[in-house]
Amino acid sequence: MISERLLFIGTLTRLLAGRRHVFIGGASPAPATAALLARALSGETLEITALGDKRYLFLSNDYSEIFNCAANGRYDAFFMGGGQIDGQANINLIGIGKHPTLEVRWPGSRGTPMLYMMIPNTVLFVEEHTRRVLVPRVDYISACGTSDARVHRPGGPIALVTPRCVFSFSRERGRFKLESVNPGHSAAEVSEHTGFDYDVATQLQQTPAPSRSMFEMLNARVLNEVSVIYPQFTRSLQEDVRVEFAAAVAN
Amino acid sequence: MTAEANVEELAALVNNGDVLGLPTSTGDYAACSMVATRALIRRGLKDLNLVLVPSSGIQADMLIGAGCVRSIQNGVISLSEYGAAPRYVDAQRRGRILVKESTCPAIEAALTAAERGLPFMPVRGILGSDIVRLRANEWMVIDNPYPPGDPILLVPAIKPDAALIHAPLADRFGNIWIGRNGHARVLSHAAKMTLATFERWYEGNLFDDPVRASGVLPAQYVRAISHQPRGAWPLGFGDEYPEDAEEMRTYAERAKTDEGFASYLRERVHDVAEVV
Repeated sequence: MISERLLFIGTLTRLLAGRRHVFIGGASPAPATAALLARALSGETLEITALGDKRYLFLSNDYSEIFNCAANGRYDAFFMGGGQIDGQANINLIGIGKHPTLEVRWPGSRGTPMLYMMIPNTVLFVEEHTRRVLVPRVDYISACGTSDARVHRPGGPIALVTPRCVFSFSRERGRFKLESVNPGHSAAEVSEHTGFDYDVATQLQQTPAPSRSMFEMLNARVLNEVSVIYPQFTRSLQEDVRVEFAAAVAN
Repeated sequence: MTAEANVEELAALVNNGDVLGLPTSTGDYAACSMVATRALIRRGLKDLNLVLVPSSGIQADMLIGAGCVRSIQNGVISLSEYGAAPRYVDAQRRGRILVKESTCPAIEAALTAAERGLPFMPVRGILGSDIVRLRANEWMVIDNPYPPGDPILLVPAIKPDAALIHAPLADRFGNIWIGRNGHARVLSHAAKMTLATFERWYEGNLFDDPVRASGVLPAQYVRAISHQPRGAWPLGFGDEYPEDAEEMRTYAERAKTDEGFASYLRERVHDVAEVV
């Protein structure tokens, strides 16, 4: 069975196919890996701006210029996590409890309230697919999934990737649709662990494993590139890749 | 006129109740003066209103834990890979600090307004976030007049009383070199004065080097400088040195409890002489 992490990176990479310029925030090792992999597979046409190391930050001002670029439509892909995500694709990075003395206090909304609205093709992700993360209604909206027609909003969500499955998001319907279930998981299990209502694709798929070319590129080049920003993450990913290659040889 | 100061003299320029701007502690563009932060704590300051530009970690967390802080606004505060900012999480739960909910681009816009001498700045996005509701007494949504039918958020200017930063270089004319650090630049332009510690003296005038010139923060903004090699420790500082992971783990662990944090302060802040 393929590692959850490799499957996750493979899915994020596929969701970047055909994009022009992806923005990667801080503390995002798997999205950074997917971006670097997608760049290698795109024949270097995908541009990357990633926080964390100067080798991936092609800006002459490392603060204002990010929001300027986002507001001018220079980025067309973005990844975003959330402490809670609800069925309308609202995300909560603030916490849980009665403001201002929150019982659960997360690090903060970061740039998401703007970036989610300015950057098209935003992919949401969670590392835990449970009813406490995927909730009917977030306790606080850091950044909202949809806006009314009057609001200037070129950006927004297209998908939600979890350790169990992949949902797409319809802006018109304001709802998620279950598109594929990861190997070793089931649609019933997804339903059991999801706190919000969603649609289900008529042709429900199994989430495809990363392709052979993805593995080769990851191994030959991308692990090296990611290690510059995330050395610890890269070491564990290296092990996943090694196991995968060993399994491929055994077969 | 920029004054050369020791770190205690530099810290003495910050007063109780000041709005204090601190630059980000993230990645290789962190520019935090930790040495001056310890001096602020030794000074026993009260009621600081922190503006994180737009994020912080151990620096803001220590000031909060030491009882120096009344309010805080930020895009994000955590110890990054060492976990949550424990004193911050605890202080807000106990109601000891006021958290003014915000987001990175709102802080950037508010400082840009102050930098330009404007009372406010429009900023895209953010509408529909609960942050707008939680800041309703200060923030405002108007209709774009060019043309109407386009709601847009206004945030009032933030003009810090002081900006505190750490820089790689300073010259004898009081100029400091910050490179492309946009956090430090907009913060320093917006603030009434900038206090800077730095790693090394630059011989000559930084403006004479055309490669460096666009990364210089001119002396006119800088009230005082203090030569403090490794002044960002235990944080890392760009190409100069990496963060001290062991010290960060020590802090993350000890700051989880009141007693642990108090002993950390005693050992690392109060019982040390850092006057250079």
